[in-house]
Amino acid sequence: MNGSELLVELLLEQGVTRIFGYPGGAVLNIFDALYRYQDKLQCVLTAHEQGASHAADGYARLTGRTGVVLATSGPGATNLVTGIATAFMDSVPLVAITGNVGTSLIGRDSFQEVYIAGITMPVTKHNFVVRHVEELAGVVRAAFAIAQEGRKGPVLIDIPKDVSAMPCAYTPLPLATGTAKRPGSPRAVARVAEVLNAARQPVIYFGGGVQAAGAGDLLLALCQKADIPATHTLMAAGVLGCDEAHNLGLIGMHGNLTANKAVHEADVLLIAGARLSDRVALNPAKFAPNAKKIHVDVDAAEIDKNVRVDDSIVGDVQEIFAQLLPLTEEKRRPAWAERIAAWKSHDYSPKDDATRLRPHQIMRGISRLAGEDAIYVTDVGQHQLWAAQYARHLRPRHFLTSGGLGTMGFGYGAAIGAALAACGRPVVHITSDGSLHMNMNEACTAVRYNVPVITVIFNNAVLGMVRQWQTVFYGGRYACTDPQRKSDYVKLAEGFGMPGFRCANPAEFEAAFAQALANARGDGPRCCWIECLIDKDEKVLPMIPAGGSVEDMMMD
Amino acid sequence: MPRKVISVLVDNHAGVLARISSLFGRRGFNIDSLSVSATDEPSLSRITIVASGAGEELNQIVKQSAKLLETRAVFEVEPAQGVLRELLLVKVAADDQNRAALREISLIYKAKIIDLSPGSMIFELTGTPSKIDAFLGMLGGYDILEMCRTGVTALQRGARGYVLKERMLP
Repeated sequence: MNGSELLVELLLEQGVTRIFGYPGGAVLNIFDALYRYQDKLQCVLTAHEQGASHAADGYARLTGRTGVVLATSGPGATNLVTGIATAFMDSVPLVAITGNVGTSLIGRDSFQEVYIAGITMPVTKHNFVVRHVEELAGVVRAAFAIAQEGRKGPVLIDIPKDVSAMPCAYTPLPLATGTAKRPGSPRAVARVAEVLNAARQPVIYFGGGVQAAGAGDLLLALCQKADIPATHTLMAAGVLGCDEAHNLGLIGMHGNLTANKAVHEADVLLIAGARLSDRVALNPAKFAPNAKKIHVDVDAAEIDKNVRVDDSIVGDVQEIFAQLLPLTEEKRRPAWAERIAAWKSHDYSPKDDATRLRPHQIMRGISRLAGEDAIYVTDVGQHQLWAAQYARHLRPRHFLTSGGLGTMGFGYGAAIGAALAACGRPVVHITSDGSLHMNMNEACTAVRYNVPVITVIFNNAVLGMVRQWQTVFYGGRYACTDPQRKSDYVKLAEGFGMPGFRCANPAEFEAAFAQALANARGDGPRCCWIECLIDKDEKVLPMIPAGGSVEDMMMD
Repeated sequence: MPRKVISVLVDNHAGVLARISSLFGRRGFNIDSLSVSATDEPSLSRITIVASGAGEELNQIVKQSAKLLETRAVFEVEPAQGVLRELLLVKVAADDQNRAALREISLIYKAKIIDLSPGSMIFELTGTPSKIDAFLGMLGGYDILEMCRTGVTALQRGARGYVLKERMLP
């Protein structure tokens, strides 16, 4: 066999059955092997390498398994960079494979040559250039191990064209049964349990790390046993069900008043699998100023990075919760619950409107119609926060969003990847006129693979999030946020080969969405676009300005 | 601002220096000097970093360096327990008038004269960074034509003070 066939064998060995990619000159050998192995390994062809990278990412976010994307050298490789960086910022396990020019042409500015290992160094956990086919097996196995080990993330493998053609042999190796999960130091756990037991007004603030560790059930048990309210980051929506009494909802810049107040007033704050980013600890000096802060994370470098904490436990969050739970005392905290209920009673609450579409109504309508196991994939902007705030989040790994990098154009690819992983369950792709224009090319992919992706477009005809900042902080000087596009989304959808709907009020929306759900389970095109006309002055509220605290929260 | 000397033992791979530099560039770490050298173990290189910054920034340098998969050990070399050395080469304009005075300074600092040309001389000096600073201070009144310092290289006194992490990479 040659290097390309070896690569495919190694992917199969890792349990990969589907990859996302786009062919090109430097990966011709690899695609030739894929042709021969097409019964065992599917390569999903996207319109653009960026879409492929987001699809592999969405696939990984939904399943927890490592996503794989394949692209050619040069522009194929650089088109992956945004997708790799997106996965890196959100700690998503991804293996990106790029072809490169032959080893004899490397360094000569050859056609479609780019030093992708150098380019991706800051946005990968690690990357490899395979210069000899003998290295390939070790590299591929290491790449998959690294992507899943500890804090997960992307790894890139660059394979020059001649390496993918070199003769070689495949020696199978049994798959290692998962990397050992690192427990917390028992002394640290005991110390933390003591602090939690002595707390009067404790809060848990948790992030994507809890989801990655599969620690949602233990988190819920901890909240219930010790009667501790918990607030989540954008990355952790759904880890606790939205109906769970201890779930305070979203924290941070566009979090609710209750969650932000509770953190501000907490005497003990347990930070779990979260990284105190500038969208949560907007002002590190004023963040949870009264709290003894305890940080639990798998990545030691996160401790004290953004906010100084009082204590920490480094290790797998699931292991640590399991250690912590028996040491935590059963408690009721009626006084604390009462204060929280008081904040809840005057928290932000948007008004319904029967004659026009309001963002929260669209989201609530989607959740009502799509049901409990709906999968949400968002793009980036106002609609993303509305989705975080108003969708009914009930399951972990069912709200896929670009949290760290904030990648407009993430949604379509990710939704397609998620839909292929979800085996027929509908995926609601929540997007906007701005984000959809970034990567709408992937509509052809949705149609071609006939995935049940319902694209809901929040169309306010402006670049809403930036415009909102211009309204609030830049005196209403709307520089380049009013694109005045003439795109007809119904015709566009039809042009791509799927139905399109346009809705201007809740009744129209519900009818369209119900039809979309029926289509998603039917025999015709399962994907569609639903354009929702909303007012351009709709804002994401509440809002804490960058660098502020809950005391600066804007409610209207 | 406090200064730290950090030793990083890394797998001797192509590109490892680029990876370290990329990390420092990305995180905005302030590096005073960085030197890379071979070690007793052919598969390992030692990177010695001198960095200054607030306490937490210095801790971040250690923690972020430790995260790189090529990194096998990271530790701080405490000045009291360590031996720190740097090499200086400095070329000074010299003529018949000041050559003797320059030689006098070099003798006191035990710097070697390794080149003598009609208009210049080159000194070589090995020592702690502060000794090199002091020597350069003495040359301040002269016309320095060129100079380079290798950056600090350091070893901890006594027994081997680190344990290597298991190798992650093929």
